[in-house]
Amino acid sequence: MIKEMICISCPLGCHLAVDDGDKNDIKVTGNTCPRGKVYAVNEVTCPKRMVTSSVKVAGSDAKLVSVKTSEAIPKESIFDCLEVIKSITATAPVKAGDVLYKNVCNSGADIIATKHASKI
Amino acid sequence: MNTCDLVIIGGGPAGLAAAKSAYDAGVKDLLILERESSLGGILNQCIHNGFGLHTFKEELTGPEYAQRYIDLVEERNVPYKLDSTVININKDKVVTYVNEQDGLQKVQAKAVILACGCRERPRGGINIAGARAAGIFSAGTAQKLVNVDGLMPGREVVILGSGDIGLIMARRMTFEGAKVKAVVELMPYSSGLNRNIVQCLNDFNIPLKFSHTVVDIKAKDGRVSGVVIAAVDDKLKPVMESAEEIKCDTLLLSVGLLPENELAGYADVTLSPITSGAVVDDKMMTNVDGIFECGNVLHVHDLVDYVSEESEHAGLCAAEYIKKGASRNSQIDVKGTNGIRYVVPQKINKDDDFAPISLKMRVANVFKRVEVAVLLDGVKIAGKKKQIVTPGEMETIALGSEVVQKVKAGSTLEVTLLSGGQK
Amino acid sequence: MYDVLIIGGGVIGCSLARELARYDAKIVVAEKENDVATGTSKANSGIVHAGFDAKTGSNKAKYNVLGAGMFEELSKQLDFPYRKNGAFVLCFDKDDEPKLQDLLNQGVKNGVKDLRIVSGEEARRLEPNISKEVTAALYISTSGIVSPYEMTVAYAENAFVNGAEFLLEKEVTDIKQKDGVFEVTLNNEKVYAKSVVNCAGVYADVINNLVSKNKLEIISRKGEYCLLDKKCGGLTDATLFQLPTKMGKGILVAPTTHGNILVGPTADDIDNKSDVDTTYDGLNTAFDKASISVPGLNRRNIITQFAGLRAHCTQNDFVIGESDVKNFYNVAGIESPGLTSAPAIAVDMASKIAANLGFNKKQRFTETRKGIPHFALMSDSEREQLIKENCLYGKIVCRCENVTEGEIVDSINRPLGATDMDGVKRRTRAGMGRCQAGFCTPRVMEILARELGKDMTEITKNGKGSNLVVGRTK
Repeated sequence: MIKEMICISCPLGCHLAVDDGDKNDIKVTGNTCPRGKVYAVNEVTCPKRMVTSSVKVAGSDAKLVSVKTSEAIPKESIFDCLEVIKSITATAPVKAGDVLYKNVCNSGADIIATKHASKI
Repeated sequence: MNTCDLVIIGGGPAGLAAAKSAYDAGVKDLLILERESSLGGILNQCIHNGFGLHTFKEELTGPEYAQRYIDLVEERNVPYKLDSTVININKDKVVTYVNEQDGLQKVQAKAVILACGCRERPRGGINIAGARAAGIFSAGTAQKLVNVDGLMPGREVVILGSGDIGLIMARRMTFEGAKVKAVVELMPYSSGLNRNIVQCLNDFNIPLKFSHTVVDIKAKDGRVSGVVIAAVDDKLKPVMESAEEIKCDTLLLSVGLLPENELAGYADVTLSPITSGAVVDDKMMTNVDGIFECGNVLHVHDLVDYVSEESEHAGLCAAEYIKKGASRNSQIDVKGTNGIRYVVPQKINKDDDFAPISLKMRVANVFKRVEVAVLLDGVKIAGKKKQIVTPGEMETIALGSEVVQKVKAGSTLEVTLLSGGQK
Repeated sequence: MYDVLIIGGGVIGCSLARELARYDAKIVVAEKENDVATGTSKANSGIVHAGFDAKTGSNKAKYNVLGAGMFEELSKQLDFPYRKNGAFVLCFDKDDEPKLQDLLNQGVKNGVKDLRIVSGEEARRLEPNISKEVTAALYISTSGIVSPYEMTVAYAENAFVNGAEFLLEKEVTDIKQKDGVFEVTLNNEKVYAKSVVNCAGVYADVINNLVSKNKLEIISRKGEYCLLDKKCGGLTDATLFQLPTKMGKGILVAPTTHGNILVGPTADDIDNKSDVDTTYDGLNTAFDKASISVPGLNRRNIITQFAGLRAHCTQNDFVIGESDVKNFYNVAGIESPGLTSAPAIAVDMASKIAANLGFNKKQRFTETRKGIPHFALMSDSEREQLIKENCLYGKIVCRCENVTEGEIVDSINRPLGATDMDGVKRRTRAGMGRCQAGFCTPRVMEILARELGKDMTEITKNGKGSNLVVGRTK
């Protein structure tokens, strides 16, 4: 099956066509440099994204504390991950870097705080 | 009246970086004035990642990037005041600010760095007709509501403008359960980064409509109920026959950022009509001796990393000014021509011995396979070949010390676009 | 049982309430919105007309000239922004110049002082940004500008502290007369009054026609405006009208009392009494026509747009006085120069109603009202003093207009205080500046919630249904 995508490796934004009919020989056209091919192959085999959001925090002046996944997680897990994030309430004090949830959606990534939230 | 060697107005990325470098260059009597209740500026609400690749060689979120600089400032015990708004500066560098504890204070500074950032262009600035109802926000306001206050601006969203804030908010609203029905862009291209189009729109099948704009806002019972969009012709005028209504309860506007230069005006600082920021020399000094500008108040940057870099330079130059004063006997103008919309700095002092000089610029349109060239009296002295340049991205050319020596002997410096490397 | 029920909390209703509050009588204002000054009174040109424009002998001419003369003192008494800035009527065609003389003659007949015709050069000497195409102009030194919503709020507050009641979010749905008393239905709730005054603006026909046999027709005439950044304030100090021509009534360019430049209004009759949407064509027309007077206007400096509805009565004049039904009064068809006329109409109507119903003057009437102290307009020493008294005046919330938390808290907690974002905005200017509330919206919401004991999700832009946010994210 041929998939179309825009390469995000550089600002050029090449329009790529990716044929992943043969998983062992994925064909990429439209790229102007080798990075385009690497990008396209990753996108069709296992696209991953960082997830950033925020969680509720108790016992602080701040209402929320911002969080991220410690590494990119599979794209299809994004919304499940967000559900987990929604369910978490952190307790102040929170320090940037604190792990608020481990191994979210079995992705191997943790939810970690990206901001301090001091105790009232 | 209190005195202070250096007053830095704004405790966002620009002010923090300037403070750090001024301190390291020997300015110990300095003060950061920040109007919000924490340092870090707008980065505090930019909770997405993508910051810091240039500065820290790793990808950070906005709050993390801010914290790096806050730590640098805290480690140095640089004094700062929060919830403190500067209401005036005059050309003699008397800074007037207010806060709840100190009341109204005037500080006589030897040097002032304006690092107060930019604001978003409001609806009025682009003359969108229709109802004035709840549900119309600038994208940054919505970002603050969602990311800091935990409030949901709406459930069904149309976004006008495909700048990075608009794109980021499309994903953010989607993450929080809203349906983003479309991102509408007046121009035939986006001023946002491609990666953001992919990660924020394509990933979630959010349509991006180029060469379209919002021509009417409908409301029902006090709340937005839909927006009417129409295609625009090549003069960017809406073609009303193409109008169609999209039902939604929220319109987010991401239609441009404007440097916030009212204070500069009070101090008789000359502003550029193109950047809306000050006209500065290579020391980031405005026409008023001892008043400097850096960051988004000077010109709107694409990456915060460049804000930090520029502001560290400004801090260094302010420190030098405090020690030695200004020597600006002879200057050479820097102009953007043939597709280069602006270049900062606009002037280079012939007396300075500083190098490299970093020229920052934006192009007026999308150009492919061009060379961004620096011409001294018509002769190319530096250049950078690019596959593509877009208005959304800032270009930088650093002039090394040899080139800077040449520049001093010249009389006009021009940054221009050469097609395929030829003039 | 009320002595007088006033329908409508615009400038007419509120000024009348204040003048009636001088008497020993039970006065009530019923307003369908959740604040005063939410209709025509908040969206007009804010001009205190000198009075040359109205046909001699008309109600418009009479009350205009009388009203204009009251602003100087009234604005001090009630502490609202007013300034005599002068005005020009610009003529762009030599052939039209006799019409300037006609206007001058009419003005003299109406009792307007200090009118003179000046050449194009002289006009440009006084206002250098006036178009080179201007051949001559009528100069009116007594013309003024006022902040119409602040004036209305000032009147309302003063009426309120002098005992007038305000029933907000109460729409009149029926009026019946029973045994010489009016039974007025306000959203299913009945109140009783000995007399009723119809000050319902564009709805004045609906109200009148519930009671009177003499039917009125009020047409909503939409006027669209663009407001420019304060940095354009120097474009003109005087109000610039255009001489009406075959092409229609012109568009004005005027400073506001706060230093912005206002251009507009268009004039389009519409068959809807609540449609204040701006239109693509309307905004373009307003701006393009205004540029005829001042070619230096720049679209890039527009910060907001709005539209208001003039209540145009088909009788072409103000309808003022007792109707065919005893004790039912109309103050209807109050279009321009209605704002200017309001103070005079209020005094006149109050004394007539008082005489008819036999009211006596109150022993105690508080003549003056002190507005919210505006940090932005103070000297530094005044600011210093104010922050010492109340530290909230040291916290700036609206950075564009330098509005402090102290002012916002005051606007909420004062008599007839603000309950929503627009109410705060009209009283303090928070959100009226060049960023148009981009930065201060979340802060003002927070302050409103705190002061009113509400949740932030309950805060509205302008009452029911206009909640700014739809809930919490988590």
